[in-house]
Amino acid sequence: MIAAAISCATRGLAGIPVTVEADLANGLPNFTIVGLTDRAIQEARERVRAAIRNGGFTFPSRRITVNLAPAEVPKEGTSFDLAIAVAVLRADSPAIRLDGIAFLGELALDAAVRPVTGVLPMARCLFAAGVRTLIVAAENAEEAALVEGLCVLPTPSLERCVEHLRGEAQLVPAAASARAAEPLDSADFAAIRGQAGAKRALEIAAAGGHNVLMTGPPGAGKTMLARAFPSLLPDLSVDQSLEVAAIYSLRGALRERPPTSLRPPFRSPHHSVSRAGLVGGGSGFAHPGEISMAHRGVLFLDELCEFPRTHLEALRQPLEERSVTVVRARAAVSYPSDFMLVAAANPCPCGHLGDERGCSCAAPQLAAYQGRLSGPIKDRIDLVVSVPRQPYGDIFSDQVEEGSSAVRARVDAARSRQSERGLLNAALQGRQVVAACRLAPPTRRLLARSGERLRLSARAYFRVLRVARTVADLARDEVVGPDALAEALHYRIETSS
Amino acid sequence: MSDRIPTPRWIAPESAEWPARFAHLHAAPAGIWMWGRDVPAAPAVAVVGSRRATLAGLDIARCLGRDLADAGIQVVSGMARGIDGAAHRGCLEAGGSTVAVLGCGIDVCYPAEHERLRAEIVESGCVISEEPRAMEPFKHNFPKRNRLIAALASAVVVVEGTARSGALSTARWAADMGREILAVPGSIRAGQSEGTNLLIRDGVRPLLSIQDLFEAVSELQPGPAAPTAPGVAPPSRTGLSGPLAEILSAMGPNPVHPDALSSALNLTASVLASRLVTLELAGAVLSLPGGLVARTFEGR
Repeated sequence: MIAAAISCATRGLAGIPVTVEADLANGLPNFTIVGLTDRAIQEARERVRAAIRNGGFTFPSRRITVNLAPAEVPKEGTSFDLAIAVAVLRADSPAIRLDGIAFLGELALDAAVRPVTGVLPMARCLFAAGVRTLIVAAENAEEAALVEGLCVLPTPSLERCVEHLRGEAQLVPAAASARAAEPLDSADFAAIRGQAGAKRALEIAAAGGHNVLMTGPPGAGKTMLARAFPSLLPDLSVDQSLEVAAIYSLRGALRERPPTSLRPPFRSPHHSVSRAGLVGGGSGFAHPGEISMAHRGVLFLDELCEFPRTHLEALRQPLEERSVTVVRARAAVSYPSDFMLVAAANPCPCGHLGDERGCSCAAPQLAAYQGRLSGPIKDRIDLVVSVPRQPYGDIFSDQVEEGSSAVRARVDAARSRQSERGLLNAALQGRQVVAACRLAPPTRRLLARSGERLRLSARAYFRVLRVARTVADLARDEVVGPDALAEALHYRIETSS
Repeated sequence: MSDRIPTPRWIAPESAEWPARFAHLHAAPAGIWMWGRDVPAAPAVAVVGSRRATLAGLDIARCLGRDLADAGIQVVSGMARGIDGAAHRGCLEAGGSTVAVLGCGIDVCYPAEHERLRAEIVESGCVISEEPRAMEPFKHNFPKRNRLIAALASAVVVVEGTARSGALSTARWAADMGREILAVPGSIRAGQSEGTNLLIRDGVRPLLSIQDLFEAVSELQPGPAAPTAPGVAPPSRTGLSGPLAEILSAMGPNPVHPDALSSALNLTASVLASRLVTLELAGAVLSLPGGLVARTFEGR
């Protein structure tokens, strides 16, 4: 007897539909799984055997061969357990009808069905391949139901699943969950005293999608500002939120962030993160790294200069191409990584350069520290702003600060002006920047003069123009005037001497 | 000046190129290595100060170097990090002639990052050392070098320095030889101005603008191209509109953070940022590492 059930493997965010074939033959009782499987799938034999027995079924005392097709694609993980058990039972009993149903789930020894990672991208792939019904663990139902048109049947156990397949007791489809009221972002600008310059720079960054670097002494409030930054960003579209949820699903991190959330994600890896943890990788298949978890959101790198140089170099491709390709021995995988970089750094190793306390770093030490920032990362940072330590009086002042929602309204308006032009200002390249800025002759002269005086490189010109375009968008100006240009120059990375 | 690239040459006391001012030394060197297109000449002023200078100090040294060059006066210093380097640079920027007296051998570039500066000094002035050509920099050789700096100049300006600074040793040598000494005053709380403030307390004339130097030393006559009152009313200051001048006057003598200015003047961060850059382009304001801004020497 032979039977086949449908399941799915992942290759990055893409899935590959897998047919789980089970064959029962005469011979010594035996259970083999083939089809380029990893250890977790080999161990499925023990889980499946116990689950079938403890679920009240009889494990066929035959020579059982399970093949995961296509057999040339390497597969890993525990999500095939349910499909293997169902295929084995179907091969033994024709009363079970599988017609086009797909299965994703890990089996417990007592026949309960456990959740697995990556259900959302796999559900999308199966739906695209023509599957209309998917049986998953109850915990995975919410994310799978995000795929419109797919009937998702959550099952608590193997018995309930088989009852459904025999047509005895139907499983109840999971309702596409209503988007619950979003919890407010954790931090708000209204809670931060003073810091007018940094707040303005973050507003510009949010409006134009620019990468931004904050420098300042320890304890000045850089981290707090960065945490409040996502509250300035507009909601994601449903499609964008699905992309984000798919990545979180792969990492099994949907508990941290509900799959229906429309708020941009915020990730802040510590500087001791491994390179694979940051950009993606790991043994076997490459997992998405922090930069992909920050896709469509914000990646916050605190103490930027403490990150190993190789990590920062590795950010170059993702920052430019908005995606990252991780090559491993078994496969090359691409993950999207369209994030905004918010970085914070001390101005020098001791942290007190420009502070009242005075800097105690030796000149060569200082040069080496600032040299770490040069090169690939520096080229991609459009704005730099210094965050001073707040005077005591300001911290406890009663002055009412502008809240994030007011800033967000301006950001939304500026972004809609940009969408009329097609691209976010941060994504404008070369000629596009110049065309979008529509500089009048006096502004051109100012740009030329500043180039000489402040020794701007060619790249720096474009950085300044991109920011100036955003400043003008916030001011609802069609053309970039001298004021907008001058303000943009204030946030440049170069110092004059 | 010839066009060939100069090479270091040995100058003995009998040589015609031997600086006449070395006659004022108690213990003149047995000879010096000299490398460059120009020779030490009168009038000359030494600008010295701390290696670990503040940014304001560096700016003052640079402006002094520039103003001295404009007045046709040679700038003498020690090519060290900080004030020395800034004074040389300022002079070179204005196309003047500058003399660097080294404490190490003439073939050794110390500090190494001044390789380019040294090449520029050789091109338009000269580098001098009394040490053997390959002598490494040793701490004990630098005070000895300071006496040559003091000897070559008609006046010594100390820009910044702590109470134990080598710049004060140059001032002592200068006092022994009867050279005029001037010191740039600073806040009594600023560590880097401790030395100069001590000098002023002991009777040294404070330097508030280059005019003080011209008044103190009669042999320093500003050349024809000299600005009328450099450092007090620079041309860049004229034509600054009211709001810009208002920012300048709110800035005070010390570097400040733009946020402090915006709350003091009740301006939005956006408007202030744009005006600060306008001032910076006019040369009246300098943006410092660490995000602070300061009025330049010219912007006073």
